[in-house]
Amino acid sequence: MAGKTLYDKIWDAHVADEADDGTCLLYIDRHLVHEVTSPQAFEGLRMAGRTVHAPDKTIAVPDHNVPTTLDRVNGVIENEESRIQVEALDKNAKDFGLHYYPVSDVRQGIVHIVGPEQGWTLPGMTVVCGDSHTATHGAFGALAHGIGTSEVEHVLATQTLIQKKSKNMKVEITGKLKPGVTAKDITLAVIGVTGTAGGTGYVIEYCGEAIRDLSMEGRMTVCNMAIEGGARAGLIAPDEKTFDYVKGRAHAPKGAQWEAAMNWWKTLYSDDDAHWDKVITLKGEEIEPVVTWGTSPEDVLPISAVVPSPDSFKGGKVEAAKRALEYMGLEAGTPLDQIKIDAVFIGSCTNGRIEDLREVAKVVKGKKVADGVRAMIVPGSGLVRAQAEEEGLAEIFEAAGFEWRLAGCSMCLAMNPDQLAPGERCASTSNRNFEGRQGYKGRTHLMSPGMAAAAAVTGHLTDVRTLN
Amino acid sequence: MEKFEKLTGIAAPMPLVNIDTDMIIPKGFLKTIKRTGLGVNLFDEMRYDREGNEIPDFVLNQPQYREAEILVAGDNFGCGSSREHAPWAIADFGIKSIISTSFADIFFNNCFKNGILPIVLPEEQVEVLMKDAEKGSNARMIVDLEAQTVTTSDGEVFPFEVDPFRKHCLLNGLDDIGLTMEKKPAIDAFEAKAAQERPWV
Repeated sequence: MAGKTLYDKIWDAHVADEADDGTCLLYIDRHLVHEVTSPQAFEGLRMAGRTVHAPDKTIAVPDHNVPTTLDRVNGVIENEESRIQVEALDKNAKDFGLHYYPVSDVRQGIVHIVGPEQGWTLPGMTVVCGDSHTATHGAFGALAHGIGTSEVEHVLATQTLIQKKSKNMKVEITGKLKPGVTAKDITLAVIGVTGTAGGTGYVIEYCGEAIRDLSMEGRMTVCNMAIEGGARAGLIAPDEKTFDYVKGRAHAPKGAQWEAAMNWWKTLYSDDDAHWDKVITLKGEEIEPVVTWGTSPEDVLPISAVVPSPDSFKGGKVEAAKRALEYMGLEAGTPLDQIKIDAVFIGSCTNGRIEDLREVAKVVKGKKVADGVRAMIVPGSGLVRAQAEEEGLAEIFEAAGFEWRLAGCSMCLAMNPDQLAPGERCASTSNRNFEGRQGYKGRTHLMSPGMAAAAAVTGHLTDVRTLN
Repeated sequence: MEKFEKLTGIAAPMPLVNIDTDMIIPKGFLKTIKRTGLGVNLFDEMRYDREGNEIPDFVLNQPQYREAEILVAGDNFGCGSSREHAPWAIADFGIKSIISTSFADIFFNNCFKNGILPIVLPEEQVEVLMKDAEKGSNARMIVDLEAQTVTTSDGEVFPFEVDPFRKHCLLNGLDDIGLTMEKKPAIDAFEAKAAQERPWV
């Protein structure tokens, strides 16, 4: 019999029931909840007279549409609809007895940053949230994926999900990354190869030397965008870096429980003879700093390239590329590093962690944001913000002319007031460049924090390696 | 949930690939705490100008497609967010079935929870159906879930695959939670075992 993949092992440890046709009830260890995709689920529970099955495994935090301006500390959310959603979460968390980090709590932040930070996310767990970037938690060797609101209600009521098993895909990044190339470049480069549907039906395990070399922050960035490659979940086998990161966190196991947990966690890797349905291999040393040029995360090219011609594509992608260039206001043949920008957004569950902010500080220290460019940095959590202040990063950002905000999803999806104006072009560390994503008719170029910082100081897309 | 059995309706063609959840329902409309009422904002940024006037060229604004109940779309429909507001908006508009070569996983799953049948067919067949949809309101397409077939207005029949459990739930309008609640003993047993094996969870 063939060995098991990491995904197989976690899956097998969580099947509570299996029907004859292979449909399983998968037990959920951690359910993360935010204000946008949960109100209808709680409403459904109340209407059916149901309760939350495991409130101690359910963690709620508002993030999607909370303001990130400093006046938020006064407790006022001006947009009425946003306020209603946040108040609904307050009430639901209280009524059903969930773990809760309200806006006023320093531990509040983007749900996918708060989970790992507080030690809720642990190796070998199943983690779900009504948000597609739940894939982030896969960095710990947890099976983590996004679900819709009906499934949020299902998990609240039963602590299980009705699931069929996905296929196994291995994405191996061999060798070493070149200087200036980061986790974000890896994850975008992979999507450039697979396309946004290439991972559909699969769970991806990322492996190889370049992945092992990444910090936990970098691994979270890689897994975060598994969904942009079409895969519901991305995984990385836990190792000493994972255990070091987890140890001592508020909700991580302690004492004898820690030892017991470690015994199991150390078995969480794919066996040498495991079966893979699909394998993709990239050479780490061949990955360049990349940016997106279009309106799909698969529209990715090295910064040294030019805007492609729609005719260079095939099938339906020809029309899609034409539409993308028109939307983005770009001409085929323009060198990517000559594209001027109006705004810079640094933050999100993809790149809102302390290591990302350190990268930015390295690039912008002693420099100024270019004239006419609006640049903001939104830390992923209140604790990331506090740490950046303690390390002196915030001073560097403010001296350079960045707005230094409070934690939230902010301009990644622009549900709160942080939005692009029509036609504005943004260098962004977020995860989606869809039409209208960062504001009506806003234009998004995705890239790493270092690259976004470089664009901020030059005023155009820039190869970060050419600065200094 | 409403039952899905056999649907005879107008199909609207949307040949664009990678139609994402931000296109289906822009985030400005995610601030509702209800499931209904989103149909008017389905495809909002493609369907209306900034002043809220309809853009006449957009397919669902054309007279022959205003009552469409089926969408024929390009590859990778529904990619992006897990927001169930996307299928809610589609269902609220009145669309009950979507046909494409491929769908994003989470969206695909969300459809079944809302009485919408997503159908995956090979590219050549989707092309035939796209052409059929382009004929407008005189051409009625038939989606028969029991028989697992799509029939064009010319009578050409394409069989499709559907997960038996999902088919059963759609045909009978069954609520997942109720079904799972019947398996509570299995869940309780799993929890008891897990508490022994992984007490730190």
